[in-house]
Amino acid sequence: MSTFLLLTITGLGLGAMYFLVASGLSLIYGLMGVLNFAHGAFLTVGAYTTWFAESKLDGISSVTVRFLVSALIGLAAGAAFAALIELVLIRPLYLRHIEQVLVTVGVSLATVALVEGIWGNDARAYTVPGWVRSTTHLGGTSIPNVTWIEIVLAVGVLGGLKTFLRYTRYGLIIRAGVENRAMVTALGIDVRRAFTLVFAIGGLAAALAGVLAGIHFSEVDPARGTSLLIFAFIVVVIGGLGSITGSAVASVVVGLSQQYVNYYSSGIGDLSIVLLLALVLLARPATLAGRTA
Amino acid sequence: MASLLEVRDLHVHLGESHILQGVAFDVPQGGITALLGRNGVGKTTTLRALLGLVPRRGSVRFDGDSIERESTHRIVRRGLGYVPEDRDVFAGLTVEENLKLSVRNGSANNGSARYDLVYELFPELQERARQRAGTLSGGQQQMVAIARALLNRNRLLLIDEPTKGLAPALVADVARLLERIAETETALLVEQNLAVVRRLARSIVVLDQGRVVHTGAAADLEDEALVHQLLGVGHAA
Repeated sequence: MSTFLLLTITGLGLGAMYFLVASGLSLIYGLMGVLNFAHGAFLTVGAYTTWFAESKLDGISSVTVRFLVSALIGLAAGAAFAALIELVLIRPLYLRHIEQVLVTVGVSLATVALVEGIWGNDARAYTVPGWVRSTTHLGGTSIPNVTWIEIVLAVGVLGGLKTFLRYTRYGLIIRAGVENRAMVTALGIDVRRAFTLVFAIGGLAAALAGVLAGIHFSEVDPARGTSLLIFAFIVVVIGGLGSITGSAVASVVVGLSQQYVNYYSSGIGDLSIVLLLALVLLARPATLAGRTA
Repeated sequence: MASLLEVRDLHVHLGESHILQGVAFDVPQGGITALLGRNGVGKTTTLRALLGLVPRRGSVRFDGDSIERESTHRIVRRGLGYVPEDRDVFAGLTVEENLKLSVRNGSANNGSARYDLVYELFPELQERARQRAGTLSGGQQQMVAIARALLNRNRLLLIDEPTKGLAPALVADVARLLERIAETETALLVEQNLAVVRRLARSIVVLDQGRVVHTGAAADLEDEALVHQLLGVGHAA
């Protein structure tokens, strides 16, 4: 029972990270039709900026404050990088999907190469408060505290996104744009601003995932963005492109499945996720076109 | 009479098809100009081209200013309202949200949306404010589509087949509504229902195979032979 509980909560933690990457990916595709292969780069930029800021902020004696300030800088960097990519590289390529894929794949590869070129291939580690790396005893098992942080932050991001989409003017524009972008412009709305905003939000959430992954896996490495992006794409397809709630549910399903199958079937968790994706596509091919922000 | 809209040599290519082949016409200030023609001659494409929703070439002047190079949202903010064919309401948004989204800010609107007018014309929309637009009937969705445009003070309304697919009783309602709109606003109306056009339009433009083949007063539609020649239908249509 205690093992099952551990698997469940760590599975939810993994799902939380997938959701943080997938939410932006899903909104970007839903609103703009852009398959953003550069999304993993936002995660990498956030994670490495946090690590870099932390190494330069040694004047702050409190580990907690230093890490929080560094993480905020990392999140801002992820959001700014994402907005810049949209403004400079995606905006000139609206409706040119092949070129968008090529450019975003290029950004992804270039970012990893740049990070490796500057800081090398070696993994880096954050200096975080001791309690973050500690565990909490619950139901006869020890749950890593970072898992609770992941879950709480992902729920917070989900709530924040839903509130933003539901109650703000830009949220309304994004929800309408996911349904019919041309009609939004025909109402006199400059939908391009919403595009940049969605990229920035996606970059922020991905950067948060990058920081959490750095704690979760006890290291920051250049390839982490790419590996998490693959699962995020699977989550987005299963959850319905453009659907935040769908992404949240699919993230939980994928995270839990991966943990359970890995434990009970000798490490074939990743394969099980691909099979799950195939099953979903066979049973519900319309999920590829699902659109409700 | 001064022209509010001047269209010259308008071309649209969609894929391999040359849809509009040098369309030219004027929309005078005030009243309704009807854009007529058989199915597939380019009426909807003309409206979409005026708004920049499809790539186009040629000259479009609105109130003396060239707008053919402007993006859609800027053209609309000049005071062009659009009621699309097939309504295009945002199905996942409530009626209230559909309307809220449509309110244009800026001087053209004097900062105030005309909710009073809209709810006076369509009291049903107020009752259904919190209902998702996708769950409305076709007629109710048409109300939302028209209301979205009427919320703002428009200098020109582009209305695409507002009676399409509606029950006869609703067609009469929409016609009455358009008649009321025509008292205060200028409109370019695409409409297949000739009875409605005869009742509402002041002038007509007829398209055939991507070209304008006739312009004139709406009274021309009383000439049965001409109507048959231009539109392929009899007077009773």
